[in-house]
Amino acid sequence: MIATKIPNGPIQEKWTQYKATSKLINPANRRKYKVIVVGTGLAGSSCAASLSELGFQVDVFTFHESPRRAHSVAAQGGINAAKDYKNDGDSIWRMFYDTVKGGDFRSREANVYRMAECSLALIDQAVAQGVPFAREYSGYLSNRSFGGVQVSRTFYARGQTGQQLLQGAYQALIRQSAVGNVSLHTRYEMMDLVVVENKAKGIVARNLDTGEISIQEADAVVLATGGYGKIYYLSTLAMNCNASAIWRAHKRGAHFAAPSWTQFHPTSLPQMGDYQSKLTLMSESLRNDGRIWVPKKEHDPRAPKDIPEEERDYYLERKYPSYGNLAPRDISSRAAKEQIDSNHGVGPMKNAVYLDFKDAIARDGKAAIEKRYGNLFDMYKKITGMNAYEQPMLISPAAHFSMGGLWVDYELMSNVQGLFVLGEANFADHGANRLGANSLLQACVDGYFISTHTIMNYLAGETPNVKIDQAIVSNLKKETENRLAKLLAIKGNKTAEEFHKELGILLYTKCGLIREKPILLEAKSQILALQKSFYKDLLVPEGQQINFELEKAARVEDYLELALLIVEDALQREESCGAHFRKEYQTTEGEAKRNDEEYQYVSVWESIEKNVFKLHKEQLEFEYIKVSERSYK
Amino acid sequence: MKLTLQVWRQASAKAKGGFEKYALEGLDENMSVPEMLDFLNEKLIKEGKDPVAFESDCREGICGQCGIAINGHVQSPEKRATTCQTHLRSFRDGDEIHLEPFRAAAFPIKKDLCIDRTALDRIISKGGFIGVNTGQAPEANSILIGHETAEAAFDAAACIGCGACVAVCKNASAALFTGAKISHLSMLPQGKLESKTRVQQMVAQMDEEGFGSCTFTGACEKVCPQGISVAHIVTMNREFWKS
Repeated sequence: MIATKIPNGPIQEKWTQYKATSKLINPANRRKYKVIVVGTGLAGSSCAASLSELGFQVDVFTFHESPRRAHSVAAQGGINAAKDYKNDGDSIWRMFYDTVKGGDFRSREANVYRMAECSLALIDQAVAQGVPFAREYSGYLSNRSFGGVQVSRTFYARGQTGQQLLQGAYQALIRQSAVGNVSLHTRYEMMDLVVVENKAKGIVARNLDTGEISIQEADAVVLATGGYGKIYYLSTLAMNCNASAIWRAHKRGAHFAAPSWTQFHPTSLPQMGDYQSKLTLMSESLRNDGRIWVPKKEHDPRAPKDIPEEERDYYLERKYPSYGNLAPRDISSRAAKEQIDSNHGVGPMKNAVYLDFKDAIARDGKAAIEKRYGNLFDMYKKITGMNAYEQPMLISPAAHFSMGGLWVDYELMSNVQGLFVLGEANFADHGANRLGANSLLQACVDGYFISTHTIMNYLAGETPNVKIDQAIVSNLKKETENRLAKLLAIKGNKTAEEFHKELGILLYTKCGLIREKPILLEAKSQILALQKSFYKDLLVPEGQQINFELEKAARVEDYLELALLIVEDALQREESCGAHFRKEYQTTEGEAKRNDEEYQYVSVWESIEKNVFKLHKEQLEFEYIKVSERSYK
Repeated sequence: MKLTLQVWRQASAKAKGGFEKYALEGLDENMSVPEMLDFLNEKLIKEGKDPVAFESDCREGICGQCGIAINGHVQSPEKRATTCQTHLRSFRDGDEIHLEPFRAAAFPIKKDLCIDRTALDRIISKGGFIGVNTGQAPEANSILIGHETAEAAFDAAACIGCGACVAVCKNASAALFTGAKISHLSMLPQGKLESKTRVQQMVAQMDEEGFGSCTFTGACEKVCPQGISVAHIVTMNREFWKS
């Protein structure tokens, strides 16, 4: 029942073959088709702009005031591409291998290969758009290294690579809204998916300024709505990141894959107090020069500068000598958590480890470090009030990236026909752990290069502009209206924010970096209880027009359901892999222990009814890469 | 920590607005300003009152969403910081703080601290891009760009579109915002070709939206969270005359 639609033939030729044989639509006929794109981050903007350039009509929806505010803007470190500009042995093949291994052999080979393959053209595209990547003095593009690899394939624009790439995609989108076929709807939230005979035919949208609910029709729908790490409340994500678009699509039939695979980023700033609303990420690129350590002594009260060299434990360098401080994210995060849990944590709440630039500054000089990371050090100072040139940074793991998301086939289409899911919102390329600088890449290639071909291929088989039955339209509208009215009518005594916080702590402690069966079972019943209380005690202030609390309440309602599925997913996977670490399944050295015989699949969940899910499995086959124990030692 | 807030409340675009006073206790000096507003809103909701409408997203100074004026300081009393990067340690215990939306004719107030800045998107739509379609790009290293040029282009491209430059300007001019984009693109070889039409159309749109003229006071550069230099306004003017 799981049809991945991976083309036949050698992996190097699959995508070329696909493009050569996919169906096309005559340029004059393309304008008859309309595609809805939800989300204006890198994936959404690039897809919408590219479709419009091809001649399709595109309706773009974002809850933001401007498309440029989408959270791709916050990615700092860089974007990978197998250009091999460093002559250090990089190739599409090596990038493919690194990514599959980095994902702990839980991703789909053909998709990963294609991402590596498309990475080359993506850098060309971004440069042509005017993205000011870092350059050598000779004028050539510069690269740096990121975690989990031994080559330098990361392109970057200081510590604001996501912002610069998004500017490129945003400008391409805005250009199309002026001269092409894009019509832009800002401050609109997708409340539901319109599915007619298992085909996505539009969305239910709410104008967040007026409260008006409308049905927007189209011949295909693209969801590029990002990840759901914010479900953990404290995360590196923006305040408004949410799961609602994909969750509502899930409830309309789209399968959800690997929901429990959430990446915890190792170099976030630690929580400083209860009032805190989010955690700020410091780019992983800092690990190129910073050394991570904790005091060897438990509960060491000394200031870092008073701890002599021999009393420091550079635990990543000790445990993983060949990758050291650049060990992949899942491993680095878990190692930090272990240090913190075993009383070696530092900082005011003892919930952090040190990232120290003392040696790098002594080696390269302060000016060189300032040049590389100046804006990150400034940001650190703004947030914490501390100077990282003089004392080590405090860092801690935080919920960051969703490897899971809506299940998609090779065409990035969900099992609901005509529903395409791009970027972080889908499950596809990262397996159980994403490598640094691959998320910007995936969002971009999904949007610019892949979806354009696959959407055209789909539309070529569809009759354009089929009107939806009015009875269906008015029913769907009613459903959303009733749902919001119900939330407003509860009039309890607890805010949506309070529910979200409670859910976040519950998930972080019970289904976070380290998981185990009895605790997961506990989490399950607690989430159900919290959900019950939500419908009894929620308090949302009145009003349909500009009511941020109502927006929040609807998103938290969805989070409570998704949380259950996350726990369910973590429970069924009785192995450890990548970011999913089950305490019961570890090697004698404390590393993740996979069980390939039984669990070499992607969990694919079907929504049966509220809180009831059915598991399907997409078996993963590794034809080109030998599945092995993932070692970074 | 205790603070007294004077917050601009305005029910809708057409309603008359005014400051309302809120006394807050139990604040932490490490809270950011939006976190303080969260704190206030939780309290207001529990009291059955309408919470303060304000927009804030990334909370790390890059999305450009949260900007308000704090005691008349656009974005922040701190240097080169956004509202979300402003923490209560910037104030003294017991201070009274005024919070109000950015003020400019081209940025109509929607509710309380929320404003409409889509005028900035419309300026970009008039040429704030390089007209390359997906698939047309040549090999990246075939366009050589010197290190200094790439860095200077980045300095201009770093704009977060927050509108602080407009809000602080006595003329409500968008010259720094527009100049930065024109400068970023015209500096690069791949952006030069469209320089003429770009500058003419973007400047015209700036006027069309009701932004004022630039009298070069330099106030914008001082409040810009990304420290974008007024030199880009000079570049814009030069490009304009050249065209």
